[in-house]
Amino acid sequence: MKSLLYLLPYLKKYRRTLVWGLATVVGSNLFTVLQPKLVGNAIDDLKAGLESGNVDTGSLLTYAGLIVALTLIAGFFTFLTRQTIIVMSRHVEFDLRNDFLSRIQRLSLSFYQNTPTGDLMAHATNDISSVRNVLGPGIMYPSDTLMTFSMSLSMMLWLDWRLTLLALVPMPLVSYAVYRLGRLIHKKFEQRQEQYSVLTARAQENLSGIRIVKAYVREEHEIERFGGVSRDYLHKNLVLARIQSVMWPMMFLLVGMSLVITVYFGGMRVLQGQITIGTLTAFFGYLMLLIWPMIAFGWVTNILQQGAASMARLIKILNTEPDISDGPSTDPTLTDISGEIEFRNVTFTHKNASAPALSGVTLKVDRGMTLAVVGYTGSGKSTFANLIPRLYDATGGTVLIDGRDIRTIPLDTLRGSIGYVQQETFLFSDTLGENISYGTDDGTKEHIREAAEISQITRDIGDFPAGFGTMLGERGITLSGGQKQRTSIARAVMRNPKILILDDALSAVDTYTEEEILRRLRTVMRDRTSIIISHRISTVKDADLIIVLDAGKIAERGTHEELIARCGIYADLHEKQLLEEELDSL
Amino acid sequence: MQEEEILGKAYDGKLMKRIIRYLKPYRWYVALGIFLSILVSALEAVRPWFTKHAVDVDIASHDPDGLLGTALLFFAVLVVRGLIQYGSAYLTQWVGQHTIFDLRMQLFTHLQKLGIRFFDRNPIGRLITRVTNDIEVLNDMFSSGIVMVFSDVFTIIGILYFMLTMNWKLALASLSVLPLLFYGTFLFRKKAREAYREVRVQIARINTFMQEHITGMLVDQIFNRERKSYQKFTSINAGHRDANIRSIFYYSLFYPGVELIGAIAVGLIIWYAGVDAMGGSITVGTVMAFLQFNEMFWRPIRDLSEKYNIMQTAMASSERVFTLLDNRTFTEDPVGAVSVGVPTGDIEFRDIWFAYNKEDWVLKNVSFTIRPGKTVAIVGHTGAGKTTIINLLMRFYEFQKGSILVDGTDIRRMRQKDLRRHIALVLQDVFLFSGDIRSNISLGNDAIPDDRIRAAARVVGAHRFIEALPGGYDAVVKERGATLSVGQKQLISFARALALSPRILILDEATSSVDTETELLIQKAILKLLHGRTSIVIAHRLSTIQRADKIIVMHKGEIREMGSHQELLEMKGIYHKLYRLQYKNQAEPAALGPSA
Repeated sequence: MKSLLYLLPYLKKYRRTLVWGLATVVGSNLFTVLQPKLVGNAIDDLKAGLESGNVDTGSLLTYAGLIVALTLIAGFFTFLTRQTIIVMSRHVEFDLRNDFLSRIQRLSLSFYQNTPTGDLMAHATNDISSVRNVLGPGIMYPSDTLMTFSMSLSMMLWLDWRLTLLALVPMPLVSYAVYRLGRLIHKKFEQRQEQYSVLTARAQENLSGIRIVKAYVREEHEIERFGGVSRDYLHKNLVLARIQSVMWPMMFLLVGMSLVITVYFGGMRVLQGQITIGTLTAFFGYLMLLIWPMIAFGWVTNILQQGAASMARLIKILNTEPDISDGPSTDPTLTDISGEIEFRNVTFTHKNASAPALSGVTLKVDRGMTLAVVGYTGSGKSTFANLIPRLYDATGGTVLIDGRDIRTIPLDTLRGSIGYVQQETFLFSDTLGENISYGTDDGTKEHIREAAEISQITRDIGDFPAGFGTMLGERGITLSGGQKQRTSIARAVMRNPKILILDDALSAVDTYTEEEILRRLRTVMRDRTSIIISHRISTVKDADLIIVLDAGKIAERGTHEELIARCGIYADLHEKQLLEEELDSL
Repeated sequence: MQEEEILGKAYDGKLMKRIIRYLKPYRWYVALGIFLSILVSALEAVRPWFTKHAVDVDIASHDPDGLLGTALLFFAVLVVRGLIQYGSAYLTQWVGQHTIFDLRMQLFTHLQKLGIRFFDRNPIGRLITRVTNDIEVLNDMFSSGIVMVFSDVFTIIGILYFMLTMNWKLALASLSVLPLLFYGTFLFRKKAREAYREVRVQIARINTFMQEHITGMLVDQIFNRERKSYQKFTSINAGHRDANIRSIFYYSLFYPGVELIGAIAVGLIIWYAGVDAMGGSITVGTVMAFLQFNEMFWRPIRDLSEKYNIMQTAMASSERVFTLLDNRTFTEDPVGAVSVGVPTGDIEFRDIWFAYNKEDWVLKNVSFTIRPGKTVAIVGHTGAGKTTIINLLMRFYEFQKGSILVDGTDIRRMRQKDLRRHIALVLQDVFLFSGDIRSNISLGNDAIPDDRIRAAARVVGAHRFIEALPGGYDAVVKERGATLSVGQKQLISFARALALSPRILILDEATSSVDTETELLIQKAILKLLHGRTSIVIAHRLSTIQRADKIIVMHKGEIREMGSHQELLEMKGIYHKLYRLQYKNQAEPAALGPSA
């Protein structure tokens, strides 16, 4: 429950609304609680009228009118309660969700590598919505309950305290029963949920291994096994049902006992002339008012518990400190870079990894140069690239841009000067044009067209139904791997970057188009720095400097000709590529 | 995700009929449940009568004993009602749970029958949702939907009956607000549903945005677009908030509105009682009873409209479940299938053409034979069609042209199970089930006795490490065999194949690298596996290829070369290039191994 305290600052912003909301709760209850008494008075009038043979229709009509009028006023307050408290909860939900996004936006690559998207989605939706429940119904119902309870009880005690005490004997039992049964149900529910997970896991396993199941003709066995788990689940459900089924009948019985007591003892007190029939009627009315608070008690506990658990999960994310951000050493006056890159004995080790992904890398790339990085899968190429826009921070050594430690450059300036094309292209489900101009604030149609021309995506535009306005993704067309890569190259080029990084960004593009793109990039990037990562020799052979990474170290460096002459990894890659080309042509 | 959020109508006759069919085995329980819930409704409706009797008879005639009697009878009725309500609630749950158990098993059994082609097209996550979540939703309908509707309807009928018989004029007076209530509820439902639909649209927008921007968070960061995305999200989020606030408005009106209508009814009862008092049929007790009836009337009416939501989700879920049940992506065994005994293992592919999609041929005119007991290695570059060959032999897919013969019989004339029973398939990516080592070797096949499991493990060289595990053969295997090494998993999958004593072995060699010691163990095990049985190996190890009786070189869906290692090398063709590309580097470490 402590986790809910985290919400206090959020509530503070809406404290006036909240106070007004609570006031309306008092208001609606004040006008509600008078009604049973009025009904009682009306009954007494009626009774007197019946006995005297002269019913005062006018006074009854007044009572009727009063009751309707009071309900109307109470209803107006109830309306306001929802309009304040529940509406406020939606505002807090809004704030909370915004804060959640803004927080996770600052978390780095390593966070996302260790956190499944599904978990974050669950936080953003389910958890925030159950926290919202605490602030809406979780505030409204308990305060309403408290008011109803205390006011009705006062009225009853005032009318006849002896009868009140008698009639209320079963009431603590109601709350106690809700509490105990609630706990038992919770326990059995947890057991059921566990079995549900087992059931889900079993289905998941079966479907993932369906080839083996079929190959070994184990379908019957699998059905039997699933049947076992399923049957267990059935039993756990029935145990739960048995307890849940007790809940309502028991509540009705306990509440009914209050009615029985009221009928008998109240009746006796009427017989003894201590109260009137009207008072008895009012009592029935008050008992009815009390039933709901008793039930809501158990329900609200549930909302609070769930909300607290969700809040605890959210706090974990909201309190995660971003490990890459501007720090005290950052020089905020830097708004531009020129593009010279230097690695000084740079080492990078992933969290929990035993071996470094990159070790002792030292090299310098002058502005206007093209650096190519090749190597086998897992040799550290992408890690190398990730260090430049600070998706990772080096764990040893220093990365320098324009001769200064990269960590002193504001992230905005650094990243704003880089055009990065990731290995796994990611496009948004937006129009093609929007995707290309995604990284710029002032992308004109002309610019988009230019970038598209450089990345050679223009050639495909004719195939798209609406040109640059064509929607991509789920609600639009699906691009081929090569088209995706070329679109994201356009997106990077569009930024007019000082440093362009292509991380295996041409792998799905045919060699002819690749040649064409590289040729155009050379013109655009004449005074800028390019880093091209690839395992295709054709992509890198014209670079000013080629480094070969092997197990995180620079194994070879030089130009294409120099490296071929060395007969090392690069030469081997080159030979294999020639072989592949030959194979393809057969 | 969005498919899951589409809500259709709350009642669809055809679907409902089909759902009801699942209740058939339990029809007497259902009948009993309905009967009990009617009883509960009746006993509920009778409640105000006791107040009336106490006031009009016992108190009016100053009869304390009578009053006690009435109170006791009232209490007895409450107890009986409680018991019956319990019985009816539990019975309903019981029926609901059993029904969804049946449905779930039917769905799971159906899934086991579906062909691999189906699983290629349908993400596992979605299928799991069908088996778990969608069926769970139906339970809501069975347990709180159908029977509760009966109960609510009968409660209303019961109350109406008592009111009308007690004093029909007063009843009509208090019921005169009903049209107002119905109209109000109708209006609210309509507005609330519109608002709710809008909320759902907004939720979907938030989900889509979140999903996309969490997956693409890195892109946001690299292009430092965080602020822009944040602004975009804020406006989507505000849309969601405002849609909710609009929907709150209707709820804010509805609840006080219902209270107000109730109060009008109370007013009408009091006022009309006065007007009609002279008629002589009005008593104080009657008025009190009516006031209680009035209270009781609202709950079932309100509940009934809430059932709408349950029904709506249930309909959508059941439609998805039934669509899956109606999927026929599987191959029926032929009528009058050839019964096959243990095959000798003679395999022939005859002019096989196959495409996953239409005319996009993955295999073109593939023909080859394997004599019993011989080993064929299939090599080729990525996408050459190697895996497709074994998929076809297993009959995971239906080929379009040609025929595949096992011992001279077309495999399409056999029952699929008979064909597969004698083939052991070892896949590249070893799949272990959660359970223990033993069950992973036998795959729960009781026909494989314990000593054969151990023998198989011994032969492939897995016995030693298995014995070293805590619990030995009973050692717990986590999901996907998470605690075992790649090499260990490989050896277990070999033991699994061997324990079957198959006539035909299909091996898709794993390419993942293991340490030298394990590599030697695996090479030895492969030798043992291949020995004496017809084998097709998609080979990645030079050692395996060199020992094969025949090497088939696949290239772009065709068999381009066939022969022994030496013959093929001398041809200086595709195999020679593949050798240099893929196997040459292995030549040195492989030479270290024992040549036996």
